[in-house]
Amino acid sequence: MSDAVAPVVELRDIRRDYAVGDAVVHALRGINLRIERGEMVAIMGSSGSGKSTLMNTLGCLDHPTSGSFLLDGVAVEALDDDARADLRNAKLGFVFQGFNLLARTTALENVALPMLYDRHARFADPDARARDALSRVGLADRLTHLPNELSGGQQQRVAIARALVTEPKLLLADEPTGNLDSHTTVEVMALFQALNDQGLTVVIVTHEDEVAAYCKRSVRLHDGEIVSDHPVVPKRAADDLARAPAVVST
Amino acid sequence: MKATRLIGLALRSIRRNPGRSALTMLGVVIGVASVVVMVAIGAGAQAEIQARIDNLGSNMVVITPGAATPGGVSGGAGSFNRLTTDDAAFIAREAQLVSAVTPVVFTRTGISAGGLNWRSTIYGVDTSYQQIRAWQTESGRFFTTEELKSNRKVCVLGATVVKSIFPDQDPVGQTLRLRDVPFEVIGVLATKGQTAEGTDQDDVILAPFTTVQTRLAGHQFIAQLLASAWSESEIPAAMDEVRVLVRESHGLGDRDPDDFQVKDQRQLAQAAQGTTQVMTMLLSAIASVSLLVGGIGIMNIMLVSVTERTQEIGVRRALGARRIDVLAQFLVESIVLSGIGGLAGAAFGTGIAAGLGRLTGWATVVEPSTLGIAMAFSVAVGVFFGWYPARRAAALDVIEALRHQ
Repeated sequence: MSDAVAPVVELRDIRRDYAVGDAVVHALRGINLRIERGEMVAIMGSSGSGKSTLMNTLGCLDHPTSGSFLLDGVAVEALDDDARADLRNAKLGFVFQGFNLLARTTALENVALPMLYDRHARFADPDARARDALSRVGLADRLTHLPNELSGGQQQRVAIARALVTEPKLLLADEPTGNLDSHTTVEVMALFQALNDQGLTVVIVTHEDEVAAYCKRSVRLHDGEIVSDHPVVPKRAADDLARAPAVVST
Repeated sequence: MKATRLIGLALRSIRRNPGRSALTMLGVVIGVASVVVMVAIGAGAQAEIQARIDNLGSNMVVITPGAATPGGVSGGAGSFNRLTTDDAAFIAREAQLVSAVTPVVFTRTGISAGGLNWRSTIYGVDTSYQQIRAWQTESGRFFTTEELKSNRKVCVLGATVVKSIFPDQDPVGQTLRLRDVPFEVIGVLATKGQTAEGTDQDDVILAPFTTVQTRLAGHQFIAQLLASAWSESEIPAAMDEVRVLVRESHGLGDRDPDDFQVKDQRQLAQAAQGTTQVMTMLLSAIASVSLLVGGIGIMNIMLVSVTERTQEIGVRRALGARRIDVLAQFLVESIVLSGIGGLAGAAFGTGIAAGLGRLTGWATVVEPSTLGIAMAFSVAVGVFFGWYPARRAAALDVIEALRHQ
């Protein structure tokens, strides 16, 4: 059960094997990772390092072959498919590389989407919450815009608002700046830092060192194992933005 | 998730692709519309037959002279006519299951009045004829028992006769000549229309059978007896009773064959009713095939939709949708599609049935129950053909679905 001192994430000896034909691929080979409340962690690694599998594990999307995973004090490996869906809804916020907004659906409806699946009736006024989340990411004037009417940066901010709206314990971002230009990348990182300053725990999976530089901690994976895990003195994205103001506003 | 939310979700998704949704529904629209039209035509035909049955008279039993097969060789109905007004009186006196009985004597003759001529059939009947045939007078009155007993020369005219002999004037109180015998017109019958065989029932003159026998026919034998059973369900029992009574009246021994026939005109009508029913069922079955094809159309589009929206499904699952939520979403979408199609089809079908009725003169009847059943069927089609695509959507792997481009 969750209590005040429980870490947000506690992975113990997580292993994940895939059968590919006759061969067995060991995507994760005994991961131990503890992420405390209020951390901002970059998970780094080249493709094939197992960072996607780790991301899917943290996201309660994938089931590890062995090991134990406590998410905010809840033992995930014991949960069935439905319970994991409920847990994702209750405790996680997802930001994807491709934004993954519903097409032909307004920003407001996109942001309200996770509350559709809330089984605990946590939110009395989903519409008001969605508006509030959009104004937190600076899109209060884009409520009825459709994704294709928004720039990449704006779309990603809608996606972040969607991740925030349920007040998650952990925000999981999978290559969130992969489809963005460098200036917009800094903007989005500034937003993550601002949210982290407000107490939100953020995990960003990335292969870009520039992105990791804005995080407080860097975890590097190689061949399914953590090869380095150290704190970082993060750059402040807001400062970078102030130094190099946008030429073209996105 | 609540049903209203699911329906809202489905409607939004349908609106997102209006052209495709409309085309998908079209199959169901056509299917439901054709079922509604077919059933409407069938129901109309049945209503018409029912109206004709009621038109024949209330629970009528017909007694005609002549044996079915006297001595193995039929001489034809009427070849051996021993039916008399005494038989009618005997039935009227003795029968328990018969509410009324009348002899019918008829003869075709020329009519003239005010310089106009016409040929029509004169029916000599009893006062109870009106009740047995369920035939009202439109103006004037029917003749009375006193007029019958005293052989009065009074008559009641059918609408066709009035049109031919008294155009543009009130015939009641006028005199017309039947084979040079003057008759006073005392009433006009309500219009009854044609029989199933196309005979104009309104081309008729009714007069007391006593008067017709003495003044026009010149013989005592009668063409038929009409009797009325108390209720429809008692018709068979009434027929048995009438048969026994007429045999008794004719003094037939146990071994003597009937020298008359007792018929129930409903049998014929009911046979026609049955045929129509079978036809309706057959046509509806053919029409429902198109509903089935429409359902397959829905399944096809839903499968395409599931593939197209794989990423959406992945996102929904990642954000906390259970498999059952995804299943419900797609199933409800398919049901809403086919349900809207069903509604539109019911509306179209009703319109087409009405238009067809006006165009061809067929009676078409769209019953509310038909619309209800058609709607239920279209919803069932939505469930049946939506199930497989919805299952596919729910079974998708979250990670695979999220990665899908």
